[in-house]
Amino acid sequence: MTVETKLPFTQDYVRSFSEERGEPSWLLNLRLQALAKAEELPLPKPDKTKIDNWNFTQFRNHVVESKPLSSLEELPEAVKALIDLNEENKNLYVQRDHTAAYISLSEDLKAKGVIFTDIFTAVSEHSELVAKYFMKDGVKVDEHRLTALHAALFNGGVFVYVPKNVEVNVPLQAVYIHENPEAALFNHVIVVADDNSKVTYVENYISTNETANAVVNIIAEVFANTNARVFFGAVDNLAKGVTTYVNRRGIAGRDGRIEWALGLMNDGDTVSENITRLIGDGSFGDTKTVVVGRGEQTQNFTTSVIHYGKHTEGYILKHGVMKDSATSIFNGIGKIEHGASKSNAEQESRVLMLSDKARGDANPILLIDEDDVTAGHAASVGRVDPTQLYYLMSRGIPKAEAERLIIHGFLAPVVSQIPIESVKKQLIEVIERKVK
Amino acid sequence: MAVLTIKDLHVSVEGKEILKGVNLEVKGGEIHAIMGPNGTGKSTLSSAIMGHPKYEVTQGSITLDGQDVLEMEVDERARAGLFLAMQYPSEISGITNADFLRAAINARLGEGNEISLMKFIRKLDEKMAFLEMNPDMAHRYLNEGFSGGEKKRNEILQLMMLEPKIAILDEIDSGLDIDALKIVSKGVNEMRGSDFGCLIITHYQRLLNYITPDYVHVMMQGRIVKSGGPELAQRLEAEGYDWIKKELGIEDEAVEQEA
Ligand SMILES: Nc1ncnc2c1ncn2[C@@H]1O[C@H](COP(=O)(O)OP(=O)(O)O)[C@@H](O)[C@H]1O
Ligand SMILES: [Mg+2]
Repeated sequence: MTVETKLPFTQDYVRSFSEERGEPSWLLNLRLQALAKAEELPLPKPDKTKIDNWNFTQFRNHVVESKPLSSLEELPEAVKALIDLNEENKNLYVQRDHTAAYISLSEDLKAKGVIFTDIFTAVSEHSELVAKYFMKDGVKVDEHRLTALHAALFNGGVFVYVPKNVEVNVPLQAVYIHENPEAALFNHVIVVADDNSKVTYVENYISTNETANAVVNIIAEVFANTNARVFFGAVDNLAKGVTTYVNRRGIAGRDGRIEWALGLMNDGDTVSENITRLIGDGSFGDTKTVVVGRGEQTQNFTTSVIHYGKHTEGYILKHGVMKDSATSIFNGIGKIEHGASKSNAEQESRVLMLSDKARGDANPILLIDEDDVTAGHAASVGRVDPTQLYYLMSRGIPKAEAERLIIHGFLAPVVSQIPIESVKKQLIEVIERKVK
Repeated sequence: MAVLTIKDLHVSVEGKEILKGVNLEVKGGEIHAIMGPNGTGKSTLSSAIMGHPKYEVTQGSITLDGQDVLEMEVDERARAGLFLAMQYPSEISGITNADFLRAAINARLGEGNEISLMKFIRKLDEKMAFLEMNPDMAHRYLNEGFSGGEKKRNEILQLMMLEPKIAILDEIDSGLDIDALKIVSKGVNEMRGSDFGCLIITHYQRLLNYITPDYVHVMMQGRIVKSGGPELAQRLEAEGYDWIKKELGIEDEAVEQEA
């Protein structure tokens, strides 16, 4: 199979797309330059997975029209299940394909200056603030073809800004619905916690169609400025026909903390990259990922914590369950730059194989350019432990149920972290459905 | 009243015969103790009764109330009324003790007859208090990071929650200090009654000061070589195993090494 590498969209198209939305010139220029770069730059090279033949660039519709919601009751059941419909003070954003369909932020948070809005509204109302963070210190436009293409074509997403000294103690939730099977989603998410602030953001990607062939390209940039804390939860649940590139990047300033809990449950081929850069002294990054691979899908998960500041701590935990003929590569990289003394990099990767035909590969890597640090890693690929199975069965639990318990236990590190009950429940249900 | 009957049981592990014809009957209301030096096949017997996949029964029979235990899967044996407190309980991450116990109880009760959450919590609280366990233990992952003593206590908690007909306790006393030993014994004594039979495996007589057995058996070289009452345990404590070896002409207490 050969893949068409010529991009389906021209400079003229991008210009008119941007102008129609009344985007400021900095963004129009950024898009145009990015498109030019996307023509030249190569694809990313996720270690140990060949993606040359994956379709990241060919799709029919860059934008589709979807209706906004007049009531959340109109949502499909699968989406409703993610949301606490009874909660009056919802902090919720729902996006149907490219349309900002529902947004709500409590008066209390608005009064405190918290911004939680779709990315286009943010660009028009807070242009300077968005410009300060959009693909600058987080993900760069020219990292490779997919970041450039993303910058040129991004067509959805949210912007979250928490001002200095504001603590948001309820989660902000975003639900991105992939509804139209022909829609290509280029979603851009920015979460900024300014100095001494705190925020929890949880996002869901969900397909409500059995997509034949769609492209999703997601970038999330997360900033925990000085002494700020961000908790970022995600459940990705896109359909089998979707080829996904998802890049979640965190930047922690002095004493900043970023914690990730990622449930990566896509059914299609997926490249997922999650890098946390611990820039400031005393910053902290904790990234927990769980994955279930099934069917014929191929996935590559690269998780990295890069230490620049002194006294930084980075933790990576990845647990994957592989069944059927699914293939997954788990790359974990703890990197300590020169000068990041007294830092600690720890990682653990474990893969549970449920079938002979499945493939799982855990590659823990430590790159250390500083003497005065501590680091460690553990990795394993194995099957359900027969001794554990025997133990549970000896208490009367049937084999299938015992296996189910062990698998859920294995994925619990992320499931237990999800701060929204409905999302946690949905993640458990997705896992249930996928491992059955 | 339940009866566990073991006849002429031969068991191999990885092709090596460990049990060489064990005969034993445990009835509801009875407490049996099996004693013997290390490596003589006591745990092998308990594993074979419970159905550990590594232990192959090559000859003989095990029945529970006339039903063929060897035909049953491990979970079926448990639901038929057998319980094994293991010498080395597994640690299972991500499953809380409470969730595990509820799953086990509900597996016994069957679909449609599940225990109500209220009733379960009440029973769990009660049994944990009885065993002087920290209530937090219910919400910790199953045996994960438990000390040796905590694991043993947790086995007895499961015993009390699941209420089997016949329980086998494999070295439930090893690694316990006197206080913990007393608590564990208290748990077992609480279960005593005509509906409950118990097979206690130990190599210390100490435990039997707290749980008085009705019968004591000595296992050597994969066989029960001597049976008696509680006085047999006392003699073993006082004199060791040498006199039995002499009596029976046994050279080495452990299973012979293969050439
Ligand atoms: N799972 C096993 N794999 C290999 N050998 C075993 C296994 N279990 C027991 N054995 C062997 O069987 C013999 C009896 O062991 P065991 O039943 O554990 O003795 P006891 O419980 O009386 O100390 C020992 O020689 C031991 O090495
Ligand atoms: Mg033993």
